[in-house]
Amino acid sequence: MRQEAIIQNIKVRSDKDLSEVIHKSKNRVYCTINKNILPQIARYLFNEEKARFSIASGVDTRKAVEILYHFSIDEIGLIVTLRVILDKSNLEVESLTPLMKCAEWIEMEIHEMLGVNFKGHPNLKHLLLKDDWPKGNYPLRRDSN
Amino acid sequence: MSLRLKALTKSIWVYHMSTGSCNNCDIEILDMLTPRFDVERFGIMLVGSIRHADAILVTGSLNLKTIPRIKAIYEQAPKPCVVIAIGACSCGQGMFKNGPNCPDPVDSVLPVDVYIPGCPPKPEAMIAGVVKLIGKLKGKK
Amino acid sequence: MAHKIIPIGPYHPLQEEPEFFKLHVDGETVVDIDIEIGYNHRLIEKIAESKSFDQVTFLVERICGICSTSHPFAYVNAIDDLLGIQVPERALYIRTIIGELERIHSHLLWLGLAGHFLGYNTVWMWAWRYREPVLDIFERVTGNRQSYAMMKPGGARRDMLEEDFPWIKKTLKELIPKFDMFKGAVMDDPVIHARTEGVGVLTKEDIRQYSAVGPTARASGVAIDVRKDDPYAAYDKVEWKVITHEGGDVYSKAVVRILELYESIDIILQCLDKMPKGPIDSGIKDIPPGEGIGRHEAPRGEVIHYVMSDGGNSPARHKIRAPSFMNIASNKKAVIGETISDATIILAAVDPCYCCTERMAVVDYKTGKKIMDGQDLVRLSQEKTEKIKSKLGRR
Repeated sequence: MRQEAIIQNIKVRSDKDLSEVIHKSKNRVYCTINKNILPQIARYLFNEEKARFSIASGVDTRKAVEILYHFSIDEIGLIVTLRVILDKSNLEVESLTPLMKCAEWIEMEIHEMLGVNFKGHPNLKHLLLKDDWPKGNYPLRRDSN
Repeated sequence: MSLRLKALTKSIWVYHMSTGSCNNCDIEILDMLTPRFDVERFGIMLVGSIRHADAILVTGSLNLKTIPRIKAIYEQAPKPCVVIAIGACSCGQGMFKNGPNCPDPVDSVLPVDVYIPGCPPKPEAMIAGVVKLIGKLKGKK
Repeated sequence: MAHKIIPIGPYHPLQEEPEFFKLHVDGETVVDIDIEIGYNHRLIEKIAESKSFDQVTFLVERICGICSTSHPFAYVNAIDDLLGIQVPERALYIRTIIGELERIHSHLLWLGLAGHFLGYNTVWMWAWRYREPVLDIFERVTGNRQSYAMMKPGGARRDMLEEDFPWIKKTLKELIPKFDMFKGAVMDDPVIHARTEGVGVLTKEDIRQYSAVGPTARASGVAIDVRKDDPYAAYDKVEWKVITHEGGDVYSKAVVRILELYESIDIILQCLDKMPKGPIDSGIKDIPPGEGIGRHEAPRGEVIHYVMSDGGNSPARHKIRAPSFMNIASNKKAVIGETISDATIILAAVDPCYCCTERMAVVDYKTGKKIMDGQDLVRLSQEKTEKIKSKLGRR
């Protein structure tokens, strides 16, 4: 089965950096990976498996900030979600925009909503909020008022 | 009543301004122009430029990015100009009342003459609202 | 720099995400485009965290009025995925019918506005007139012309009455000859061919790079459709096919949408015949901690909702992605190298932004002086159609 093959490939490529694989339901798989291998796994899914980048969700879980990259493999209706957990003291992750243009806007959005810095993003400015939005106020953080 | 205001009641040209709405009110406004309701019969026309307009139709709850823009647009409007707030959001902020990005109600920024509530108001309700506006401009109780 | 900039927007009323386009033009040709969005941003994702799970259905309905059932549809799919429950079958059919009715009214709406931009105001009036019977069905079934509030986590909010079915079927069947007329108007008219063929082409690789979805992708020959790929509701219980076209231009996008109208009617008629009797709600009480992803193929493409629950009353995180978020970015590719008079229809072709043209203005880059406004640009587009008409001897 293609689904198992994809999960197996992710396991092989990430080795020790893969901490958890959850099969939530038939077509939803969540993989928690370390942030240093994110570009590598994303490149595998996007270029080799021809997955479609659906979207990324940024979540503030109080302890840390999680970014979930949802990749859709349309031939089998599967959504593979790569979960990257970022420590609140170091909110920085490699940008995926050089790999795929579709990540540009969502990274801008997560940057302004949660204050995550995307290394290598060509144009990290405000996307949705007004230009003079107070610096350091990130609306989707738990401590924002 | 001034002559200018009286002239305004004959054929109102409207300019449509969406200030962070969900489109529902906006497509119902366009629906008024199309064959079933056809308000152009009464000389009501949607115009592309604020400088031609007699009335502004405001939809949506103002967000921080649009507030300076709608102020600028209202300043450019030839006076007298009536403002019609369409939909629950522009009448009373609707469900975005506690939203951090929509702090001000429309009537704190623009002088609203008529409120047409509903989510979205039906085209019939909008036509009734315009009729009431004309009555108000003519000084009827 | 010799380039001139045409600002488009930010005001245009028909769109869930008003954008501000800056077209950089060199003479007649568009050389670059800047897209700025956020004029409609209401921080709905933040507000959702303060509403209960049931209230969020009504909140997400107000994201977009044109596809006002797509967001609740994806949201209830996400909750169903989170809970892992089986929804009563009758509710699945009701959801499907509402979703497809919405596709019909949305595609007709787009068709009308595309006609307006090409200078065919009659098409606009016709399309919006034949959209009214669909809204009548909505009013009869749900009680409102827009914002139907038919979705509920674990079921449907209201039942459909069997006694309405013959009337709904009759109304829908009466629409088919009207669609034939539109099909003829678009597919057989040499003027429309000349205006739209080869204009704003997106290749398969562009679609992949920008992750474009829905009719925009299907018009470039990429057969992605959530209804087929990851079946939900009753889409795997009825017969239908995914419409694709190879061109990738504006013409293909119009053809895909028109042909989808027939498929939608077909799906609704089958659903009305097959709908079983029974309960419509599974009566969910508590939402346990967990996460779920729900998808729905909206008229414009895939909507995806991610819901995270911490066991409380309201979502801990609710991520919403509308199809236009992906499709609008693809304008960057489609519009570059085309002429200004074609820019209107290309930007409208992904079905995001039509009324912005009302507020288009050409500004001389050096002096900042306004030399052309919105009506001039629509006029420019309409004049081009007239020119082609006279060239083809169709006056």
